[in-house]
Amino acid sequence: MLAYVLRRILYVIPISLGVTIIAFALVHIAPGDPLNAVVGADAPAEVVEKLKRDYGFDQPLAIQYLRWLGRALTGDLGLSVVNNQPVTDTLLRAVPNTLLLAAAATLLGFTIGALLGGLAGYYQGTAIDKIATGAGVAGVSIPHYWLGIVLVIVFAVELRWLPATGIGPGGSDAWKLDLEHLSHILLPAVTLSVIPAGIITRTVRAAVAEVLSQEFVQALHAKGLLNRRIMLHVIKNAAPTVLAVMGLQLGYLLGGSILVETVFNWPGTGYVLNDAIFRRDIPTLQGTILVLAMFFVVLNLLVDVVQTFIDPRMRRG
Amino acid sequence: MKSEVITANAVAATKVDVAQVAMQSRGYWATVGQRIMRDRVTLFFGGVILAVVATAVFAPLIAPNDPYAASMIMRLKPIGTEGHPLGTDETGRDMLSRLIYGGRLSLFMGIMPVLYALAIGGTLGLIAGFVGGRVNMAIMRTMDVLYAFPSVLLAIALSGALGAGIENAVISLTVVFIPPLARVAESVTTQVRGLDYVDAARASGAGPLTVIRVHVLANVLGPIFIYATSLISVSIILASGLSFLGLGVQPPEPEWGLMLNTLRQAIYVDPVLAALPGVAIFVTSLSFNLVSDGLRTAMDIRI
Repeated sequence: MLAYVLRRILYVIPISLGVTIIAFALVHIAPGDPLNAVVGADAPAEVVEKLKRDYGFDQPLAIQYLRWLGRALTGDLGLSVVNNQPVTDTLLRAVPNTLLLAAAATLLGFTIGALLGGLAGYYQGTAIDKIATGAGVAGVSIPHYWLGIVLVIVFAVELRWLPATGIGPGGSDAWKLDLEHLSHILLPAVTLSVIPAGIITRTVRAAVAEVLSQEFVQALHAKGLLNRRIMLHVIKNAAPTVLAVMGLQLGYLLGGSILVETVFNWPGTGYVLNDAIFRRDIPTLQGTILVLAMFFVVLNLLVDVVQTFIDPRMRRG
Repeated sequence: MKSEVITANAVAATKVDVAQVAMQSRGYWATVGQRIMRDRVTLFFGGVILAVVATAVFAPLIAPNDPYAASMIMRLKPIGTEGHPLGTDETGRDMLSRLIYGGRLSLFMGIMPVLYALAIGGTLGLIAGFVGGRVNMAIMRTMDVLYAFPSVLLAIALSGALGAGIENAVISLTVVFIPPLARVAESVTTQVRGLDYVDAARASGAGPLTVIRVHVLANVLGPIFIYATSLISVSIILASGLSFLGLGVQPPEPEWGLMLNTLRQAIYVDPVLAALPGVAIFVTSLSFNLVSDGLRTAMDIRI
């Protein structure tokens, strides 16, 4: 098993290299000059040349990539071409906000999904099953950015119970644990949780149904075990699969929160990414994508390793 | 599902009835067809998809007004206004007509990436699975790298880098959907390749292309087709999401995601109106999801 875990960890290296290549290549599939955001089209040629040298855009691509990679490894993601701030600093402020939102949404989605999926799997084929499964399908089919707008309309505009946008009162840009900030995270977290909730409902339903159909459950029944105790066995057996799906969902939400962050003006990575795209701030775009993708790679690794320890049958090739 | 069929056959066998006996020797597709005909949910939402597609195709015949005709004095009229049954948007254009026309681009941008990815990813997976060895390594490890990005992030990053526009959004979404389809095609092909009857075909002199066409394709098409239909639902949400961010369709074209974005300024004036385009996205995406589930059950495919 250790050999497998080690091999799985080593596999992260080529994947990460691939990720850095894609993140780097994004600049070069972008039309126009990456410096367009900094200097106007009528800037004197020598100014453009000097800036190109300063940003290193005059070097061959391979050199540019290696330099960028070398710096990225030391935590230096370059300077934003819009405000000259280090991209790393911007991300250090934004990443915790996105992580918090994604974690809150995953937790919420897991609770709802486990409940609905458990009910559906246990009462398979009944009306309860149909309602829970239907809710699950609706969860994965709903455009969550629209759900966000609807929630804002209902709870912020009509009922005035909750704030419409932002992470905290008065343009706060970091979250802390108090009532004001809690009320701000509620709507975006609920909005973002519908997708994992829907997917986890399906996973849990399938897992519970699968375990319930196995012979050992019949044996437990025959032994005279109460239903409640049997469910304990079922949960133990279904847990690895469900945990793995949950881990992956957290990863998806890190990238998927951009639309929700836009709806709620949440000062996270999605907001940074959106801003970078529209100002054509390529270094920021590159850096944000790299950091989010690396989070996802590491999460994938963790899920695989944890799963192997819980259930050695689960090794993924 | 299988037990159902077995029971049905058992019942049929006990009766001396011509029609019932005929049912016994039904082929695969007849069985699938009959299962679908019995599945009311799939039938209903299949009907919804047909209705949405027909509305989009025949938009010029159905839409009561010109979807581009703006009017300064008719801005943000509520639902039920005379001449504008679903009201008007922030520049006074008829909402109903824009929703009807909007389906054209929303469906196009939702379905095309999946079709392109089906062709490209399916072919790559077939080749990887059939040839195996180094070719498989090269193709599937490249897919793994693309897999290392959360799908929404990859779509937004690509279309953000390529620049806003319908074509770039379709390209980005295609890239996002290639890896999962390649994976499904590869795993099915690898399974089929090792089966005895494929060896037998090869031993009796069939070339690789013949083996793929006759034996492998038939097994691969079902699963990747079903998988692709489930991706359409995701693709519609993502494509509209790109337009919502300003990365896909550009104004003044009518498209559901873009309409949702431009109507955001109206949520304090007319909230119901502002939420309407999202209902269209939701219903369409939900229908594709449920039909995909129904087809999967009917065709008895596990992915």
